[in-house]
Amino acid sequence: MKKIEAIVKPFKLDEVKNALTKIGVQGMTITEVKGFGRQKGHTEVYRGAEYTIDFIPKIKIDLIVSDELVPGVIEALERAARTGKIGDGKIFLSPVEEVIRIRTGERGKDAI
Amino acid sequence: MKKFVYLLIASCFLIAPAVFAETAPPSSPKVDTGDTTWLLISSALVMLMTPGLALFYGGMVRQKNVLGTIMQSFIALGVITVQWVLYGYSLAFGPDIGGVTGSLDWIGLRGVGLDPHPDYSPTVPHQAFMIFQMMFAVITPALITGAFAERFKFKTYLVFLILWATFVYDPLAHWVWGVGGWIRELGALDFAGGLVVHISSGIAALAATFVVGKRKGYGEEPMPPHNLTMTLLGAALLWFGWFGFNGGSAIASGSLATSAFVVTHISSAAAALSWMIFEWRYRGNPTALGAASGAVAGLVAITPASGFVGPMSAILIGFVAGVLCYFAINLKMKLRYDDSLDVVGVHGVGGTWGALATGLFASKTINPAGNDGLFFGNPSLLAIQALTVLVAWIYSFVVTLVLLKILDWTMGLRVSEEHEINGLDLSQHGETGYSF
Repeated sequence: MKKIEAIVKPFKLDEVKNALTKIGVQGMTITEVKGFGRQKGHTEVYRGAEYTIDFIPKIKIDLIVSDELVPGVIEALERAARTGKIGDGKIFLSPVEEVIRIRTGERGKDAI
Repeated sequence: MKKFVYLLIASCFLIAPAVFAETAPPSSPKVDTGDTTWLLISSALVMLMTPGLALFYGGMVRQKNVLGTIMQSFIALGVITVQWVLYGYSLAFGPDIGGVTGSLDWIGLRGVGLDPHPDYSPTVPHQAFMIFQMMFAVITPALITGAFAERFKFKTYLVFLILWATFVYDPLAHWVWGVGGWIRELGALDFAGGLVVHISSGIAALAATFVVGKRKGYGEEPMPPHNLTMTLLGAALLWFGWFGFNGGSAIASGSLATSAFVVTHISSAAAALSWMIFEWRYRGNPTALGAASGAVAGLVAITPASGFVGPMSAILIGFVAGVLCYFAINLKMKLRYDDSLDVVGVHGVGGTWGALATGLFASKTINPAGNDGLFFGNPSLLAIQALTVLVAWIYSFVVTLVLLKILDWTMGLRVSEEHEINGLDLSQHGETGYSF
């Protein structure tokens, strides 16, 4: 089992969600986050006062998937979230030791 | 504070017997119902401008100060209403003493009844005129609060409201509008308050930025507006209320009110456009805040001229107001003054332009009771307007400076540094604006 964290542009969320459910992903958790990478922030001007906004809004998607789904999920994420412009985001992949479904007590792959 | 409240209550009792003794006379047949209707509606429209201003300012501050900022405007409705009834109206409009102040004959609204007043409101009950003027007295000091937003102590602010109304607004209103007031006698034209409302508050704001000082972190950390939709809603309410502000200043329904209503709208529209266009040209974006600020600048500028100019003049007045005020607030950024919400740039500069523009564009064909301006063949009006602008500038600046200095020594103007960091909402009012 793997945990996939993807940080994407907020307006791409719907496309990404549809692409993932299409290939069999059954659940996901999203969080509104702020941060910067190479894209850096932007400036806003209010009545002549210029402010640099360092942290720009992104959506973080958390998924736990079984190993065989991983390549498909990554491919779907890349395809759906890409605009080709700076700031498209990143995908992080890490191993997951255990998953437990609270309602039934199921463990491992069955609990995903 | 306690002493002050007791004093206030005691003074109510002192004045009350005199007022109750005077049973309201039956309204006289001279009252015109159409005029009265329009003046009462106008009073309600102008009342709505103060909460509108609260939203306009409230959206421009940081989230932690939204209630503190809104309260500074909102509570003026409470404080100034009582002050106006007790003695403010009498100081401003009561029987003249030497051209400089009203007497105290009308304290507690003694003698301010339901008959028309021959000079101020010949076809409308005197009390209707009184409450219409009250709404102007309420919003004017509230306008100043934008200059010291996000750092002023609420308790000191309440005392400042009373002092400023007593020593700046009431005398100026008497000079310009009171029968026998010396600026009125001079022949200066101020239809709805360019001098009395906008120059007085705009220049008081300039004095306040000097005495109060910058916000902590000004120029170093970002202080962007937290809710511009609120600001736009506030600007819309101001625009709406301004029809009463200027249209109502005819103190009658009919052609003059219509003319003032029409030019008010035109000037606001033209200024919204010009501010937006210039900001677009110099900063790359046509901002919503810019359009809203421009609209308000246009309303400010047409205020003194609204009863004396025609539609084409209104377009010019508004267009120039948007440009002038836009450049004024940019100049502030260069000079590094923390006039936080641009009261000087919008009301001081816009009001000054409006008062001078009245001397340029006024025409007797619009209002025979007015005068002709420079462009209609009479240069002397412009000189009178310039002189009175100068007087209003100096008077408001000096008196506001003195009042604030005294308050600084006695009560302190600013909240503590810790309170400023935590925000006015929690430190001054013990509540927060949002919880979602």
